[in-house]
Amino acid sequence: MIPPLIVQAAVEHGLNLIAISDHNASDNVSAVIEAAEGSDLTVLPGMELQTQEDVHVLCLFDTLEQLLKFQSLVDENLPDIENNSELFGEQFVVDKTGDFLKRKKQLLITSTGLSFNKAFHAVTDLGGLFIPAHVNRKMFGLFYHLGFVPPDLPIEALELSRHITITEAWKQYPQTQNYPLIQSGDVHYLDDFLGANQFFIKNPTISELKLALRNEEGRHFSVCQPS
Amino acid sequence: MHLEEIIQKLDLKVLTNPVDFSAITVSSGYCSDLLSCVMTGAEPDGLWITLMAHGNIVAVAALLDLAAIIITENAQPDDDTIEKANEKEVILLSTKASNYHLIGQLWELGLRATQS
Repeated sequence: MIPPLIVQAAVEHGLNLIAISDHNASDNVSAVIEAAEGSDLTVLPGMELQTQEDVHVLCLFDTLEQLLKFQSLVDENLPDIENNSELFGEQFVVDKTGDFLKRKKQLLITSTGLSFNKAFHAVTDLGGLFIPAHVNRKMFGLFYHLGFVPPDLPIEALELSRHITITEAWKQYPQTQNYPLIQSGDVHYLDDFLGANQFFIKNPTISELKLALRNEEGRHFSVCQPS
Repeated sequence: MHLEEIIQKLDLKVLTNPVDFSAITVSSGYCSDLLSCVMTGAEPDGLWITLMAHGNIVAVAALLDLAAIIITENAQPDDDTIEKANEKEVILLSTKASNYHLIGQLWELGLRATQS
């Protein structure tokens, strides 16, 4: 999973928009953005945040600056524990060619001290998009941990894992009927591409993605199966 | 057992508006930090012990008619959550003790688990 190979694999799958969303981290995002320069691929800066309640959330931004601001808040809320690479694997930071730059010391696999609601406001105040991820899963899914989507937060969309169909989700978690549902590729390895969401938008920006999720101004989206 | 006795003996902090705790009977105890489990596992008039401080706990307690929630390890619900709890007449209590420690104390006081 080095930047040039990520770009190559995305292009081969016919994608022109991806997001890099590492767990509580953003150190490798700029390398992938740089690796995609000159290609038709747009890379959105993102993060998979693990909230205080152990809920995973996809946080997407337009710019690296926004992401880095969010990262500093996340860093303040990560416990001061060093990674044990034997237990949790390596946490490498690489450059755009995939060359090793450093090891990230701070343990990233854990939950942050940021509550779900605080994180929602932090992401949206920065202009980002906050999408609870794989909400149907027992591990780190919103429904298991929080019981239901907090009704007082204007959440734009929910993401389902590929373990469930949208109609099954509507049955099992009726609240999903009230939200736009996406099913992302969730690519952890180059060869486990699980599919994509197709967005009909003018530009690859957060505001356009929001319009598509809301089915407004001619923008729309659909969930695609892997080809 | 009355909630008053539990609050006093376990030195719990009351986060919501004080009410007549001696008029509230606690029938059983339940512990989980996963709200989906609580919704199917806790019983009416039961005491819920959790370190989850998210606002959704109020709706769960109101739905199940729980006697009170004890939030452990000094986890702090935000002001909106406390306000909503007052509105829904859900009692929020707090302690710095862990779930394990608190449940041990409650057991010693004679409070037992849910029947199911």
